[in-house]
Formats: sequence, structure tokens, C-alpha cells
Amino acid sequence: MAAPSSSNWVMESPHVPHVLAVDDNLIDRKLVEKLLRNSSCKVTTAENGPRALELLGLTSGGQNTMNGRSKVNLVITDYCMPGMTGYELLKKIKESSVMKEVPVVIMSSENIPTRINKCLEEGAQMFIQKPLKQSDVKKLTCQLMNCEI
Amino acid sequence: MDGIVQLQRQLVDYNASLFHEGFLDDQFNQLQQLQDESNPDFVVEVVTLFFEDADRLLNELTKALGQPSIDFKRLDAHVHQLKGSSSSIGAQRVHRVCISFRNSCEEQNVEGCLKNLQQVKHEYSLVKSKLETLFRMEQQVLAAGGSVSR
Repeated sequence: MAAPSSSNWVMESPHVPHVLAVDDNLIDRKLVEKLLRNSSCKVTTAENGPRALELLGLTSGGQNTMNGRSKVNLVITDYCMPGMTGYELLKKIKESSVMKEVPVVIMSSENIPTRINKCLEEGAQMFIQKPLKQSDVKKLTCQLMNCEI
Repeated sequence: MDGIVQLQRQLVDYNASLFHEGFLDDQFNQLQQLQDESNPDFVVEVVTLFFEDADRLLNELTKALGQPSIDFKRLDAHVHQLKGSSSSIGAQRVHRVCISFRNSCEEQNVEGCLKNLQQVKHEYSLVKSKLETLFRMEQQVLAAGGSVSR
């Protein structure tokens, strides 16, 4: 995994983290959901960028459907998706005034340094290589909840 | 009691052989470790999704390669999906062929693509049959009152 040193994504109070997982692949969605649940996270999945933006309340004229119920603490997204890529989704989140503090993690099956750097420069917290493993997700959620391993 | 022990031993051996022969890699172990009381059928569920997804994709690939004018981008998109799912469940040999397949698509090599399609269908049918056997053996152990250790 590649990650810049940053502690600004620790949640203020200890509670169940709510993660939005975005991936166009059904099998990968099921896997990431289970991995996150095993790390005590509440999970919402989306199969593409536009749907993710909708759920985050970032579409024009849209409401934050998560508001009042459960704010998203982390977005984890696949890079390669048809239509809007994970990188484009990352940009949109970082450009928004409401959601820009939410950490965004990018996943990809391809280990391409220029791709990784591009994402980190755009503000991604971390880049994880697929296929996802339990240790990857545990590391991620531990950082999010600021626990010592 | 003897019967259960023998069934369990056969299951362990069969499981091990799938890794030994390269059909499955460590990612399949990851799936097995995710299975717990709250999700006792997790592996079967995910693998079943993979089978359905792969069947659909192989169909699309066959159709796409049968067109008079081949859309390599579309072809590549389907192979990318199959490459991803096979990797995520640990179907190593299928995943490997998909990597070659993507190269053929990139080179717009029709012959290569046709060959890769045959290979991927072959590897897929092998791993599918082996996983189905594995699940059947697990069911036998459970039915006999034994447990399937992870």
C-alpha cells in the first residue's frame, strides 16, 4: 500500500465507521463489503461513481441522503470503472466543500506508479492493490479509528 | 466415526491439491477465512456469483469475437472484468489466461484472442468443476456430522 503520512482522517468519537464502497464488479463489491463488516464497519455499496455521488449528496440539486442518519467516514473506490473512474470520483469529492475532508482510498488491480501518484496528489489517503485482503482492510480501519495494532 | 474422519481427510487432501496444482491461490484462503457463523455460506455465495458472472462474460466474449468487425475495446472491457473477479476469488489459472487475453486485445490480435478465449473457457470449466466437487465434499462431511475446519 502507498500512503502519505497523515492523521487528519481519524474520527472524532469512537463509533462504528460508515464506509461507502464503490466498485463496478459484483464479486469485488461482495468481498469488500464482507471485509469491511469483519472490521466492524457499517457498509454501503455503490456500483459506479454517479451513484456514489448521489449517496454522498453531491449531485446537483440532490440532498445528502446520509444526513441525520449516518455520515460517511470513508470512501473506498475502485480505480477502473466505466464512465466515471475512481480518480474522477476522488476529484469530485475533494472539490466539494461538504465532503472534501472525507478520506478516499483507491483500489486497483494494476500497480502503475504514475496512476498511484496521480491519486495521492489529488488527495487520496491510500492506494491499495487488489485483490483485497483482510490485512489491508484491518490496517485501513485501524488508521481510521486511530487504534494501535 | 471412521467414516467422518475419512471424509474429512479426503476433503483436506482435495483442498490442498487444488492449491498444489495452481487452480487456486492464496486469495481463496482469504475467502475461506472470511466465512464465519454470521456468514456460513460466504464462500459458496461468492463463488456462485463468480460462476454466474463468468458465464455471462464468456458468452459476451464469444459473441464479440464472432462479429465481422471486432470491437477490441469492448472485448478488453469484458476480459478486464473476468480478470478482476477471478483474481478476487483466487482462481489463479483463469486469472493468468485473462492477463494474456488482455495483451491480445491490446495488440488487436484476433488469432491470439480466439486462442485465449478457448484457454479461458477450458481453465474456467476445470476450476468450476473442481470447486463444485470441493463444495460437494464439504456438504458430505457436514451431513455426516463432521465439521469443515478453516
